[in-house]
Amino acid sequence: MTATTTGPTPTGPTPTGSATSGPATGCATGIDPAAQGLRENATFDRATIAAIRQAAQTGLYDIRGGGAKRRLPHFDDLLFLGASMSRYPLEGYRERCDTNVVIGQRFAKRPIQLDIPVTIAGMSFGSLSGQAKEALGRGASEVGTSTTTGDGGMTEEERGHSKTLVYQYLPSRYGMNPRHLRQADAIEVVLGQGAKPGGGGMLLGQKITERVAGMRTLPIGIDQRSACRHPDWTGPDDLRIKIAELREITDWEKPIYVKIGASRPYYDVALAIKAGADAIVLDGMQGGTAATQEVFIEHVGIPTLAAIPQAVDALQDAGLHREVQLIVSGGIRSGADVAKALALGADAVSIGTAALIALGDNDPALDAEYRKIGSAAGYYDDWQAGQDPAGITTQDPELSSRLDPVAAGHRLANLLRVMTMEAQIIARACGKAHLLRLEPEDLVALTIEAAAMARRPLAGTNWIPGEPSTPPSPPSSAPGQACP
Amino acid sequence: MTVRIDGPVGYYAAGMNQAAVVEITGHAGVGLAENMMSGLVHVTGSASQSAGATAHGGLLVIDGDAAARCGISMKGVSIVVGGNVGHMSAFMAQAGCLVICGDAGDGLGDSIYEAHIYVKGRTGQLGADCVEKPLRPEHISQLTELLTAAGRPEHPEEFRRYGSARQLYNFHVDHAFSY
Ligand SMILES: Cc1cc2nc3c(=O)[nH]c(=O)nc-3n(C[C@H](O)[C@H](O)[C@H](O)COP(=O)(O)O)c2cc1C
Repeated sequence: MTATTTGPTPTGPTPTGSATSGPATGCATGIDPAAQGLRENATFDRATIAAIRQAAQTGLYDIRGGGAKRRLPHFDDLLFLGASMSRYPLEGYRERCDTNVVIGQRFAKRPIQLDIPVTIAGMSFGSLSGQAKEALGRGASEVGTSTTTGDGGMTEEERGHSKTLVYQYLPSRYGMNPRHLRQADAIEVVLGQGAKPGGGGMLLGQKITERVAGMRTLPIGIDQRSACRHPDWTGPDDLRIKIAELREITDWEKPIYVKIGASRPYYDVALAIKAGADAIVLDGMQGGTAATQEVFIEHVGIPTLAAIPQAVDALQDAGLHREVQLIVSGGIRSGADVAKALALGADAVSIGTAALIALGDNDPALDAEYRKIGSAAGYYDDWQAGQDPAGITTQDPELSSRLDPVAAGHRLANLLRVMTMEAQIIARACGKAHLLRLEPEDLVALTIEAAAMARRPLAGTNWIPGEPSTPPSPPSSAPGQACP
Repeated sequence: MTVRIDGPVGYYAAGMNQAAVVEITGHAGVGLAENMMSGLVHVTGSASQSAGATAHGGLLVIDGDAAARCGISMKGVSIVVGGNVGHMSAFMAQAGCLVICGDAGDGLGDSIYEAHIYVKGRTGQLGADCVEKPLRPEHISQLTELLTAAGRPEHPEEFRRYGSARQLYNFHVDHAFSY
């Protein structure tokens, strides 16, 4: 850690806080400065000015929730090529397009069977309220997919309401015990997160209540900064032994996932495969977090789009693509994102932020309450502060009791259904009878960056930056004349 | 249940042990009794890195030395080491006791929470937020109990106690350079 450390910003963005990242428009007099010909500096924009002022005034750096806010090459920069003459589409609404996925058949006796390829990412009880964890379990179970614990152990709410529960095995090992390992349906060894590859967990004092502290064996109210490295293994050779230990203690039943934050995905995936993983969870830099330094979120890691092809390369080079499943997360919002991730070679995706929004995070109906704590609906990212008026990222019993786990769970189930149906719409248009049949060839890129990262041609060209241009070989005769 | 092993053991021996008594006549590899929940693990030789890592309960007795990171992130276990421990032992130790009859390497108890450390020999540079604390009667009785359970000849009065200064429990700008 260098020059500064920070406390939580209990009231969210301060009045000196960013005008551009906050809801304010115009100036106090109501006249738009831009209309007067004033020009904002692109380098020193209002958010930057506010950040510099805040650092100078407080000596604190910013900690917040959510993922990278800057615009990054993403799934939006890809388009599907629907079928027409050269490809045969499937009848929308009528012809079958299956969505089920099996995860972990490489070594586990009991692989995970999912009805849809969208799962719920690991988010700890502690960062989230018990009600939120219950809602995630209910929503996922309603549509036949899995949920995941987080950096803080397994709760009864979560186990009880999740048909399929993945148990995270993290560097901190808070609350980790063999009983919970055996109660889980799969085990996820966490090496990192896309929001902070190389960083450990963080949970600020406001959320370390008696129950959270008890589960983690920590004093109440401290600012918890978890370890970033596992305490008893270092490289892939050690991890292999660790995975063998986890298999032995769970009778070789449960799939073992390895989760990595995207930074060097080719090598990390290759090493995770070598260490014996059944599945890889790959989280890109847009991936959400409950609490991390802003500088870490915005400046460390690579975008989800850039990470997937490298991970797929590693799986293919090992001859294990589709045998070791790839679960991708980081900025997945819709069925289009799901379809694009699968087409690039993922077997499933995970959602964190989108799931929280489905539960009620950033609800416009709560705008007045968000404003009271210095934010606004659509901007709220102080998930570290524990003051969430929606009752999701809090441990305050009054606030968390506002979240109805049954209704919120149902909203999540609705989102998961919509995402799946949207992905099916696209898959049928591409002529695919299963979501997993989507392939890179179905995609083109809208920008040069996306073309280079996703290794798909720029739309309307056959140009992939960095690869020799190979025009499609012209047909030997014009189509109409081909048949005698 | 009692498990007796004659000879050295490799990684994660007695890892996650619950209730069993494990006797190892020889040395132990990395992660001895890691995440132990309860029971007794006794090694007559020395142990490699991360002995007793994250362990929640039970008693771990190492007659010889323990390498680096002994008791890292310990969560309630009692560990008694007859010899020396390596650097960064009891790193982020949350709860439980680490008794060191020999010397401790540098960085002892770095970022320690509520665990107790007792050292008879010398300590190197202490880790961040780890300080020497008075040995009060309740600590003498705790030590007596542990030394007896571990079959050690040392006297509790010969030890010094170390624990958390609790200065780093909450972020504070003035501590920026303590980490
Ligand atoms: C509130 C919250 C808590 C999280 N807690 C954990 C955690 O305990 N362990 C972990 O591996 N990832 C954690 N994550 C990251 C998610 O597992 C996942 O990688 C990320 O949310 C995916 O990106 P998305 O939010 O864009 O969907 C958390 C994310 C959020 C939003």
